[in-house]
Amino acid sequence: MIANTHTSVTSGETRARRSFYWRYMVEPYFYLSPALILIGVVMLVPLIVGISYSFQSIALLKPFDTGWVGLENYAALWDDRKFWLALENTFRWTIGSLSLQFLLGLGLALLLNTQFRGKRLFQALVFLPWAVPTFLSALTWAWLFNPVIGPLPHWLHDLGLLSEPYNILGDPDLAIWGPITANVWFGVPFFAITLLAALQSIPSELYEAAEMDGASAWQCFTKITLPFLAPMIAITVMLRTIWIANFADMIYVMTGGGPANSTQILSSYIFTTAFRKLDFGYASAIAVALLGLLLIYAVILLFVRQKLVKV
Amino acid sequence: MSDTTRRNPMLMMGKSAAITFYLTFALFPLYWLLKIALTPDRLIFTEGTNLAPSEITFSNFTSVLFKTDFLSYFGNSLIVSLGTAAVTTVIAAGAGYAFSRFHFSGKKIIIAVMLITQMFPLLMIIAPIYKIIASFGLLNSLSSLIIVYTAFNIPFATFLMQSFFDGIPRDLEEAAMMEGCTRFQALRKVVIPLTLPGLGATLGFVFTAAWSELLFALMLISKNDTMTFPVGLLTFVSKFSVDWGQMMAAGVLALIPSCLFFIFIQRYLVQGLTSGAVKG
Repeated sequence: MIANTHTSVTSGETRARRSFYWRYMVEPYFYLSPALILIGVVMLVPLIVGISYSFQSIALLKPFDTGWVGLENYAALWDDRKFWLALENTFRWTIGSLSLQFLLGLGLALLLNTQFRGKRLFQALVFLPWAVPTFLSALTWAWLFNPVIGPLPHWLHDLGLLSEPYNILGDPDLAIWGPITANVWFGVPFFAITLLAALQSIPSELYEAAEMDGASAWQCFTKITLPFLAPMIAITVMLRTIWIANFADMIYVMTGGGPANSTQILSSYIFTTAFRKLDFGYASAIAVALLGLLLIYAVILLFVRQKLVKV
Repeated sequence: MSDTTRRNPMLMMGKSAAITFYLTFALFPLYWLLKIALTPDRLIFTEGTNLAPSEITFSNFTSVLFKTDFLSYFGNSLIVSLGTAAVTTVIAAGAGYAFSRFHFSGKKIIIAVMLITQMFPLLMIIAPIYKIIASFGLLNSLSSLIIVYTAFNIPFATFLMQSFFDGIPRDLEEAAMMEGCTRFQALRKVVIPLTLPGLGATLGFVFTAAWSELLFALMLISKNDTMTFPVGLLTFVSKFSVDWGQMMAAGVLALIPSCLFFIFIQRYLVQGLTSGAVKG
């Protein structure tokens, strides 16, 4: 539109073209370019560099041993028992956290969709864990599981779940449940918020009509609520799976992947390899493997979604 | 579903039980953090697992504040988080505005790229970023953290800002442009004042995200005087792992800024998260 004022002397045709270029090629990019440049420089370029690292030997502790090594890192990965264990743990961690977060989040959303006294305060309080920084959630739960200062081992012992009040974070069989609990605590509000918004978009006439026809609460839930929520549930679960699989903070802070790698997931394995061992080549190879798995997962999901949801 | 029409006693009891359960689950860990922080050191081992301490003290807080480096960690985190929030919000407002008001070639691709940046494992770029930043000699600097965090948060903040701009009728700025404003003037004088709440919410989201980032900060910062709060706290924990009271007092302090921002953005939670992108 400003272009019009500048080009008022030129012929109508050129004016239209310049205005067209301005409007579709230049002006939007004036607003976009800072964002694009930063994303490009800080995320996309390092992403490509990172993929190239996976074909090199780059370990800061062995500075004279750098260079292209082809698929050597991947070959080492294939023989790495820790890698396969981490892969298995990634599934346990993701499925365990996701299903519990989802079920508790759905319950909370349904609860918040009804009326009761003090609901606003209740809502503010139950969403609070979401505001707690992740490193602090992890530390808090690590302390709660500590028998010296935390009550949880004693309660689990009283319930007969533990033979004696010890720290489950030190037990290879149970340790993964520590970070999962912390992750569930932290993630329930997110699911509740998303599902609550979806719940509120269901037209209330549907429930009124169903009630008039004598439908029970359970029938209303399975015949109206769930079908309406399904698309939102599908999208949220899809995105959240990827996010949780990538989420290493909880595990790194609570157990550091131990004891005996029993809680190491792929993303925390990437971090410990890069941060502790400073072996950037091998860390990048694990990262590429994780990226590949996530891509396969996304493709399968898009395929399933196309089959299920007819838009 | 009106509850007044059917007051099933079983249902009401179940509901109260559910309310109690969710409240306890959400608040108990935070209560415990506060409780240990307030318990005097000599009582921690004798009544560490009691529900309430028999006496309370603020000495843990004072020693954390005045005898350790936490005040400096706190300051560093504040600089990084405020810097990231301010820069990200300005840049994301521009990008969100472009998405909301323009149709242009390459728009779909750019949106797709932004979505993909939310999907791939961020840890994948931790090694390249370390190398790049080291080559510029910017390791252990707060500005490097601000740049990195800004880039990480731009996609989500952009989608959030776009949803706020979408909520403002185009007629307003078109009227201003009829009156002779350029688009940029219209944006500055008409649209921005109307998006102030949205800008505030975006600031809050980005601030909390930057405040809690740990892994990149661990990688890029190793000197004590530029450590952010998470890195400082973790270092403290691994060094003095028996100073329970002080560690938890530090934890409570780390909670304060996030909680303040959280109270502030409460109102926008449902609105912003659902109309924007989906992210933790």
